[in-house]
Amino acid sequence: MAKQLVLMKGNQAIAEAAIRCGCDGYFGYPITPQSEVLEHLMAERPYLTTGMVVLQAESELASINMVYAGAAAGKRVMTSSSSPGFSLMQEGLSYIAGAELPALCVNVVRGGPGLGTIQPSQSDYFQTTKGGGHGDYRLITLAPASVQEMYDFVELGFDLAFKYRNPVAILSDGVIGQVMEKVMVDDYKPRWTNEYIEENCPWAATGHRSTGKHRIVTSLELEALKQEAINDRIQAKYRKCEEEDARYEAIQCDDAEYVFVAYGSAARICMKSVELARAEGIKVGLIRPITLWPFPTKAVKEIGGRMKKILSVEMNAGQMIEDVKLAVDCNVPVEHYGRYGGVIPTPVEILDALKKMVK
Amino acid sequence: MTEEIIIAGFGGQGVLSMGKILAYAGIMQDKEVSWLPSYGPEMRGGTSNVTVIISDERICSPYLNQFDTAIILNQQSMDKFESAVKPGGLLIYDPNGITHHPTRKDINIYQVAATDKASELGISKLFNMIVLGGFLKVKPLVTPEMLHKGLEKSLPERHHHLIPKNEEAVEIGKGLLTPYHTL
Repeated sequence: MAKQLVLMKGNQAIAEAAIRCGCDGYFGYPITPQSEVLEHLMAERPYLTTGMVVLQAESELASINMVYAGAAAGKRVMTSSSSPGFSLMQEGLSYIAGAELPALCVNVVRGGPGLGTIQPSQSDYFQTTKGGGHGDYRLITLAPASVQEMYDFVELGFDLAFKYRNPVAILSDGVIGQVMEKVMVDDYKPRWTNEYIEENCPWAATGHRSTGKHRIVTSLELEALKQEAINDRIQAKYRKCEEEDARYEAIQCDDAEYVFVAYGSAARICMKSVELARAEGIKVGLIRPITLWPFPTKAVKEIGGRMKKILSVEMNAGQMIEDVKLAVDCNVPVEHYGRYGGVIPTPVEILDALKKMVK
Repeated sequence: MTEEIIIAGFGGQGVLSMGKILAYAGIMQDKEVSWLPSYGPEMRGGTSNVTVIISDERICSPYLNQFDTAIILNQQSMDKFESAVKPGGLLIYDPNGITHHPTRKDINIYQVAATDKASELGISKLFNMIVLGGFLKVKPLVTPEMLHKGLEKSLPERHHHLIPKNEEAVEIGKGLLTPYHTL
């Protein structure tokens, strides 16, 4: 069976991609608006076909620690949640980053703070890109803007997680999680064999099998100098990641005088605002960061630097705007437009904000 | 071609599945499609709506506040979405339970008395397909063949024997369509 075109929700695409890309295990706990991830996995029962484990844990804390354990064994493991549940996972993510393990976690963001609403939001930008847990670590953060990207970023996420031995987050929201769009799905890829893991993951705790070689996975180091050396190694990976893996999409920026910077569903809405604005003669483009960490600083600096003004459009009170301002070094005025708490800005509303800024 | 549609009514009226059938029929015709439901707590017994976009081009925003077509199935949705139809656009509604009929003069308005017809024929579960027929009569966005394929895709196999009944309901809807105000 080759590639196949299907219609599915963003959340289902996450689950389907996991099965098809050879994921070894999913551990999660249901929460709106991402429950279809677990629901789809349970319906598909991949443990009978690819051998992928699907387990509903007793809590988000349990989920992330199951992921920690699976990752320590060199397995491609993941979890998913939504904002309040994702907050519960932060300790585990810090440990996974500290132990230098690959893992994938999906956050389909809803409005906060607290239990908040169940409607879409982008208010977890700070938490995800600046580190929600303790310690000097980063989450490599992918921001899908379509159901196809929800699908594609699962395998990409695993690849990046293993490339850097660091947890990767897919930062989505209720719009992209709930919307149904066309998706091109791949053929099933086999899961890694134990021999493959043994050979390619020399850090994985696979059991020494009388070889006498112990592999110990831990995030604890009581000697400060040794801990500093571990941090140096981790930071070096982050510099490499910033250099090699920052991604973005530039839409109609070539002749633009103004530019929106927006990611995920806000970027999709801005695409419509670009269309509406251009029909009225306002030359506006869109920079869509695809990785939120590493932030596409160079691209925003270069493209944004040519603009008269920049509007950072976010479904929050102004979080990414800080990275946009840093990127252009305050050489170009940057303003923010946002709705929050689960309210989605309309294309016309964003157009009005643009017009106000242009005036 | 881009058609931006909102379908709105009570939870349980088949609003979401009507949208799903349209979306499936759309991809069968190689169109780009987007189907975005309201998924708030209001779904349980309250109002429910879905935004469906069918287009020849890459779809920008799946979330909209202006529509080419509004298919409206209760008063709350009429209050909310009558004003959201683009000038020159289309509003189709079931007059059952509507106390304040639409007043816009700059759009085309049609009625489909689907609730009454469905209960008269004892096919209340096919109510949404009657409404869909009314819409397809005004805007034949998808061909009957594609609609058939769309039904095959969106209905679980155990319900495939009901497809002919669904198609009959669509035809009934086409016959029921009544102009209320046309430009």
